Amino acid sequence: MSSPVAAPAIVADELVKCFGDVEAVKGVSFEVPEGKVLGLLGPNGAGKTTAVRMLTTLLKPDGGTARVLGVDVSRDPQRVRGSIGLAGQYAAVDENLTGRENLALVGKLTHLPSAEITARADELLEQFALSDAADRVSRTYSGGMRRRLDLAAALVHRPPVLFLDEPTTGLDPQGRNELWSVIGALVSGGTTVLLTTQYLEEADLLADNIVVIDHGTVIAEGSATQLKQRLGATVVEITMRDDDSTARAVDLLAPVGSTSRDGKLVCVHVPGGAGARSMLDAVRLLDGEHLDPATMVLREPTLDDVFLELTGHATTDDGKGADE
Amino acid sequence: MTTITADAPTTVRVNRGHAVGDALTMAWRNLLNLVRNPQLLVFATIQPVIFVLMFRYVFGGAIQGSLPAGQTYVNFLMPGIFVQTIVFGSLTTGVGLADDLSKGLIDRFRSLPMARSAVLVGRTLADLVRNFFVVILMCVVGFIVGWTIGTDVWGLLGCIAIIVAFSYSLSWVFAIVGLSVKDAETAQAVSFPLLAPLVFASSAFVPVATMPSWLQGWAENQPVSVVVNAARALTIGGPAAHDVTLALIWIVGIVAVCAPIAVARYRRAV
Repeated sequence: MSSPVAAPAIVADELVKCFGDVEAVKGVSFEVPEGKVLGLLGPNGAGKTTAVRMLTTLLKPDGGTARVLGVDVSRDPQRVRGSIGLAGQYAAVDENLTGRENLALVGKLTHLPSAEITARADELLEQFALSDAADRVSRTYSGGMRRRLDLAAALVHRPPVLFLDEPTTGLDPQGRNELWSVIGALVSGGTTVLLTTQYLEEADLLADNIVVIDHGTVIAEGSATQLKQRLGATVVEITMRDDDSTARAVDLLAPVGSTSRDGKLVCVHVPGGAGARSMLDAVRLLDGEHLDPATMVLREPTLDDVFLELTGHATTDDGKGADE
Repeated sequence: MTTITADAPTTVRVNRGHAVGDALTMAWRNLLNLVRNPQLLVFATIQPVIFVLMFRYVFGGAIQGSLPAGQTYVNFLMPGIFVQTIVFGSLTTGVGLADDLSKGLIDRFRSLPMARSAVLVGRTLADLVRNFFVVILMCVVGFIVGWTIGTDVWGLLGCIAIIVAFSYSLSWVFAIVGLSVKDAETAQAVSFPLLAPLVFASSAFVPVATMPSWLQGWAENQPVSVVVNAARALTIGGPAAHDVTLALIWIVGIVAVCAPIAVARYRRAV
């Protein structure tokens, strides 16, 4: 465990990156203390991937500095590469190589002694439940298996700092759950992790701290709990049967939380952790006025809710994405 | 799934000067890819075999008349076919790199503490091995259809060496193409129009003297013709020093110009 005065493992200080006229990252700053997990949360094109690419030496920053374990990424990229692991959006495995060969390839390229490579590959295959498929070419793997192999490949040289760029995007729920448990175990092992994601649930589950990023700037920062308290822990969604009753419901429910209306759908954003309580309040209020909703749902806030709250716009990708 | 044991972060391993080892590792990886997809090699050789049969037995009779007396078309043709085969074969360097790039593999390699040149050197070395085997195979096909060596075994080995060296230099040209496009299909599509005038407006299949005069200047001096002429001199006989020297200058020149450009592109590839 890190001592309280330990320098942060990852530092982004006013990072800037432009692609032609588009400023993809406009002065982003954050720190990740050693052994902690930072979730970089934002929609497509927010600049998450660009920030990660600068921190992992794949892109040169146009401004600001990036440091990993105290080493400036622009000054000594090769040293930074020795201490990081990167698992990206695509499972970057050679599909004509077996799982074992893929791990051995990374082992050789990170210059581990060959005896250690064999042992390390076996160990990782075991840990990531790939032992049975170890000697099959990875082309035959399922999507979840490929992501696990990709993550295993990023860990061959035991990097103390790990970058996971949307590790579960495109996975089915089962694959996602499997990967989450793997990442969770890694984190408890003391690895410093920077994780980018579009899913609030994922950041909530894995990250100690969350940085919300949109259009290349940081728009909120804090623990999942802090953000939720700020952003409305829950949403009561009510669908009414006609326009008249919808209008009445919006007025009626104003004391419960901040209301918004979209057609016959009424959303009540409830601050704090009083979701169930608010649902009861809403039921009483509506019933008291003999209003008869078609549906009523209590749900956790999605990234859309967070963004709506923070920026006043939804997470729709405006196509000016800088993430590729 | 077993629980993950805590991996105590170890000391940072900093490595420099692994250029040769890393390149060999990458070559191993690319050759494994080749071995796992033997059908690609088979398809790569079917087309040149068809060319041999077509030119030898269909066009050969017509072209024979424009050759110097005493020279047979099959002996004229085979060095041309070799060069055509490896020119199109070296395209795989670009296609393979574009494929790695689009699949995120290049990102992985660029995030590792490996030599910056290794991906490209490894790839071109593997393609050199591949082209060598294809040329050997084409030699066998040539002997079957009546190709004869007018010089000696050293001439034949020299011919093979110069052709394979030329394929290596072209691999660097296509490395630049592969790193500049977004996927393998595009690399393939971009390369063909570049190659057609090099391969066909050359001395590979017909004597340059039969072409219109405005084309002869190009056809006589462009690298494909120069290498074909050198390969012919080494297998048919006659003075070879001039042609071979010219070919070597082209080969060294292409590598000297294209390899640094390709490595610079690799460093910046997104």
